[in-house]
Amino acid sequence: MRPKATPKRQLLQGNEAIVEGALAAGCTFFAGYPITPASEISEILSVRLPRQGGTFIQMEDEIASMGAIIGASLTGAKSMTATSGPGFSLMQENLGFACITEVPCVIVNVMRGGPSTGLPTNPAQGDVMQARWGTHGDHPIIVMAVSTVRDCFDITVQAFNFSEEYRVPVIVLSDEMVAHTRETVVLPSREEITVFDRIRPDMPAEWYIPYEGDSRGVPRMAAFGDGFRHHVTGLVHDPRGFPTQRPDEIDHFMHRLFKKISKNLKTIQLTKSFFLDDAEIAVVAYGSVARSAHRAVLEAREMGIRAGLLQLCTLFPFPRESVERVARQCRAIVVPEMSIGQMSREVKRVNQGFCRVEKHSRIDGQLITPDEICNRLIQLHHS
Amino acid sequence: MNDHRYEIRLSGSGGQGIILAALILAEAAGVYAKKEVCQTQSYGPEARGGKSRADVVISDAPIDYPKTRALDLLLAMNQVSCDAYFQDLKPHGLLLADSILVEQLPTDRAVSIPFKEIALNKMGNELTANMVALGALGTLSQAVTVKSLEKALANRVPPKSAEINLKALREGAKAARKIDLDALPPTVTPDEEEV
Repeated sequence: MRPKATPKRQLLQGNEAIVEGALAAGCTFFAGYPITPASEISEILSVRLPRQGGTFIQMEDEIASMGAIIGASLTGAKSMTATSGPGFSLMQENLGFACITEVPCVIVNVMRGGPSTGLPTNPAQGDVMQARWGTHGDHPIIVMAVSTVRDCFDITVQAFNFSEEYRVPVIVLSDEMVAHTRETVVLPSREEITVFDRIRPDMPAEWYIPYEGDSRGVPRMAAFGDGFRHHVTGLVHDPRGFPTQRPDEIDHFMHRLFKKISKNLKTIQLTKSFFLDDAEIAVVAYGSVARSAHRAVLEAREMGIRAGLLQLCTLFPFPRESVERVARQCRAIVVPEMSIGQMSREVKRVNQGFCRVEKHSRIDGQLITPDEICNRLIQLHHS
Repeated sequence: MNDHRYEIRLSGSGGQGIILAALILAEAAGVYAKKEVCQTQSYGPEARGGKSRADVVISDAPIDYPKTRALDLLLAMNQVSCDAYFQDLKPHGLLLADSILVEQLPTDRAVSIPFKEIALNKMGNELTANMVALGALGTLSQAVTVKSLEKALANRVPPKSAEINLKALREGAKAARKIDLDALPPTVTPDEEEV
């Protein structure tokens, strides 16, 4: 009898763990253009993917990269790209195409200081609203954030699963801090994780209606070459995939796009709670800043301040219910972030006068420290 | 409450192998000694020269804040980085410096060893100075053992250069064993004058 393999303890960077997560989730296609601080993802996949029969392409730019992963996904592959702010800007047009054509794909954006080429080697969280609304027009999208190396693995797997389950592009927001921090981690084995594969049509080909939602509102997805006819267009289309201008068909189509996400908010909106049970003052944080916030909350508790932390793992659809619960319970919330205040606006939006919401922003390319957050907690405690 | 966090900074100039030394240190503590480890580094858009620095946090409990807050140990492989980071030491922290490359020590609570000279004399290769320093660091800090450093090094360095690097590590450890830490002043800042 072979002894059971002991879990492997490794020292990994966030970017390396994203690669492991993607491969574990079944990613077989990557197209991208190297950019600091996301390059390691491309580098490692350029070696690993071909070795296991997958495809790696370095494209001429990020516009083409986004196009390539949409095309690959239409042939049935699970596809991904990885970039940083400047590249993410270029991807916005095709990202909208993936939204309207309901093509599953995963886009990793390792955030660095912006705008433009900004601060290539410094962390930031300034792309949050771009991730939500960067492409034009009303569209549903799922945006997730990572804060540890283990998160990078878990959330990447989750991103592929959501993308396949709901036929929606999923954006994983990392930042330079998480991407380049090396941590000891034990990754789960393939048996320990759940992998969701898109549901394919199983009816005779002539019965296939490509954009008719099933009971979940999600159309079954045929791969090119499977023998199912389907037309893919960026124009608003009827259930058969052809452009329509009929208001009833437009309305039905647009609402189906949103409903397939909004019907499943409880599954999609992932958060983590720390010390919230009896908290009077809460921190709402995400990404690497959530790590500083955790330390700050511990230190505030040592001083007798009843502080707690709500960490957002899903940023969009915005976890309104969890944030509202904290706003009703606490008398103050502080939202630390490495942006001028993008997430704090969301928290203020859902806070219907329940409590005081303050932002704590830092835009000098440095990670917010536990001391900064702790000082805010002390101030709020005494106010 | 401190979760026994032990914070180390390795610093010098670009090209001295500071990052590789930090990587081996992190792997020794995290993979071989099974402690929790976070290794971070700061760098600019330019790749060569200037200050190079890497931080390693070693803890018995999971690490939330990944960066260093106050250093238990600072390795300075040149004067510039010694001057820049000395202020980040805890009062009871320890400065470990290259005795030739760092001419002016800002504190008496310092261990000064000629890493580069040992590398040149014993290994005939000054590029191994980073491993000499790492060996000394393993001997002087409570956070990691020379044994686990050796394992991590053998795993990380290509086989053909493993031997010379292992020798460098051991030479560094040997030099550090002669140091009596108890003979050093207890804090990095001098006692205040009574008035």
